[in-house]
Amino acid sequence: MNVEEKLAKNIIKSGKVSHIKIRNEICAGCEKRYCMSVCPGNLYKISEETKEVIVEYSGCLECGTCMIACVRGAICWEYPGGEFGVQYRYG
Amino acid sequence: MEKLDVIIVGGGIAGLACAYGLKDEGLNVLVLERGEFSGSKNVTGGRLYLNPLKPIVKDMLQGAPFERKVVRERWTVLGDDSSITFDFTSRRIREEDHSFTVLRARFDRYLSERVEEKGVLVIPKYKVDDVLKNNGKVIGVSVGKENLFANVVVIAEGALGFLSRKLGMRGSLSPREYALGIKEIVELPEEVINERFNVEKDEGVAHLFIGSVTKGLFGGGFLYTNRDSISLGVVVKISAIMSAYPHISSNELMERFKAFYEIKSIIKDGSTVEYSAHIIPEAGYNGVGKLYGDGVLIVGDAAGFSLNMGVTVRGMDFAIASGMLAAETIKEAFSKGDFSEKVLSGYEERLKESFVLKELESFKEMPEFLDNEDIFAYYPGKLTELIGRLTYFGESPKERIWRTLKTWAKEILNRKTMKLLLKARKI
Repeated sequence: MNVEEKLAKNIIKSGKVSHIKIRNEICAGCEKRYCMSVCPGNLYKISEETKEVIVEYSGCLECGTCMIACVRGAICWEYPGGEFGVQYRYG
Repeated sequence: MEKLDVIIVGGGIAGLACAYGLKDEGLNVLVLERGEFSGSKNVTGGRLYLNPLKPIVKDMLQGAPFERKVVRERWTVLGDDSSITFDFTSRRIREEDHSFTVLRARFDRYLSERVEEKGVLVIPKYKVDDVLKNNGKVIGVSVGKENLFANVVVIAEGALGFLSRKLGMRGSLSPREYALGIKEIVELPEEVINERFNVEKDEGVAHLFIGSVTKGLFGGGFLYTNRDSISLGVVVKISAIMSAYPHISSNELMERFKAFYEIKSIIKDGSTVEYSAHIIPEAGYNGVGKLYGDGVLIVGDAAGFSLNMGVTVRGMDFAIASGMLAAETIKEAFSKGDFSEKVLSGYEERLKESFVLKELESFKEMPEFLDNEDIFAYYPGKLTELIGRLTYFGESPKERIWRTLKTWAKEILNRKTMKLLLKARKI
């Protein structure tokens, strides 16, 4: 079972605006993309077009690990607004 | 809007325990929860230990939706391609209400309904953006453009601690001080779980794994039996995954864990129904920040109340106790009509007298002791190797047991083991 299939099992109500913002000017100078290996949802990718790091915020499990691992502070992360985001039924 | 008596930010177990402690005081208490309902943003491994809470919680947990009573403690040490498992049970843990597995979306929701019955207002889908201050004193919170005012604000916002850090009451989020927990809920029929785990109805297992489950990184695996599902997951320190960049990713560790021979057959035919993740404060006593200020108290994970003792990981009992002790302090503040830092400092005194800060302090060397990759790679490998040697019979005649033990002991009793043992005297 891959991560996408697992994420598909969750109930997630996605807002129109991302709760994760990447400051590309800082991100571009980073050789180590820890965000890509720490995210349990495997949501960080490098865009084929722009070569910039992008995040598929709608699958977010709201753990915040990417923000902690982004030692340069390029990831601005906040909780999704009330009523949005993941809704655990088991937890 | 008129001023409230108490605003509790976060409707998880710490915030709800505080609300429960205040429910009969005739106070105007408001709990703000960012999720759809209490528990909908919470994740545990997990199990709750009840004995430490007995003197503190009163009847709060009566009738609470526990999954199973833990009657077997299992630990598996995983080498590269071998493992050894300890399976402990005792009449005491079978007969006493020692610890129970829980699922937070059910557990917290139940607690929130209980405090609501008593007149506490729990408002879901309400994300607090900021804490309002006046002359250094916390006077309320803001949600979007709306300001809410109260005599006391209790911060029960969880491990990420955005508001506590804004208030300068906690340090920055360091990868060395937090672990990532990833979990899958694997559904299986109740009877199948009873049979596979050799337990009776309502009885369950807590099973921890150390070693190659994390490829030798600081962390481990866990398995808890719920009524009709299994909580299966891995925990790994954030700095440890970073150190293994780009060779190891957190989600691959989880998937790899499920494929272990030791796991495969016990989750066979089960279906994953949820995938979750959460961070865990790992700094122990040294990670506890400032706990009180003028008009404000911090409880639960937000305060850093979590303890990894290697073979047990605890946080929920600390969360409940701290919420209750915050409530006691708030009652005192209302009786005196004084919500200053001076009166609210009684919260820390109460925590010091309780198991919360007593235990965190007595195990304060634990994080440093565990911060040793040999514990997660070298020793698990050596232990399984020894059992492998003792139990294997090849074509050539078997070596004497004492000789096998001696050779093994000579290898393992090296300088780094001595150093570790010296350190172990502090834990």
